[in-house]
Amino acid sequence: MASHLTRSAISQDALVAHVSGPDRGGAVTFLGLVRNHQDGKGVLRLEYSAYEPMAEAESARIVAEAEARWPARVALLHRVGELGIGDVAVAVAAASAHRAQAFEACRYVIEETKLRVPIWKKEFYADGTVGWVDPTTADKRTSGRAGSDSPPVGSRGG
Amino acid sequence: MNVRILLFATYADLAGRGSVELRVAPPATVADVLRQLRDLVPGAARIPERPLVALNQVHARLETPVSDGDELAVLPPMAGG
Repeated sequence: MASHLTRSAISQDALVAHVSGPDRGGAVTFLGLVRNHQDGKGVLRLEYSAYEPMAEAESARIVAEAEARWPARVALLHRVGELGIGDVAVAVAAASAHRAQAFEACRYVIEETKLRVPIWKKEFYADGTVGWVDPTTADKRTSGRAGSDSPPVGSRGG
Repeated sequence: MNVRILLFATYADLAGRGSVELRVAPPATVADVLRQLRDLVPGAARIPERPLVALNQVHARLETPVSDGDELAVLPPMAGG
């Protein structure tokens, strides 16, 4: 991918087209979607911001690592800016000769992305409050600012 | 030497700004620069003691030495995906 960040809607088809090839018989995609609730609060919309040059560089490093570790072609694209409920926030596509390696490469890329790519999420709640999501304190948080209770990869769609 | 500090998201809110230029006496580590930042920018004192950091767009450690012209980013917990 020329860029791993975008301000436009993400096309899953374009990502799959980017990774597919005549020698690759299995393609896997993961989509992270904007959810309408967080810690019991209704979420109306959110805004992703990034340390853009590093987010691009770190994303490229993660893709390169996956392609070095598995015989797979991988694509990673993350939205920045304002998103609404149900929008695709992040998409990963991985294609390989056989499905097992495509699944593993896809999983690796989304997990590393969440840990390493400098992107932040500001949520706008139905009660009028606003909060930065902090995945590291989600379990401890009882009220107030936003947290995250992101389920394991695979249960969010894709 | 000069170091450019970048602050993001909740840390930028705390400090009331997204970037700070600091003149630092060498030799210095990331931790030394952060100490100076806390002294200089009142809100920055509320940034956690051991935040995630990146030096010139690569994840770094608090013990990493800094050089003249470096860009030090202080990163709140990441929330992509």
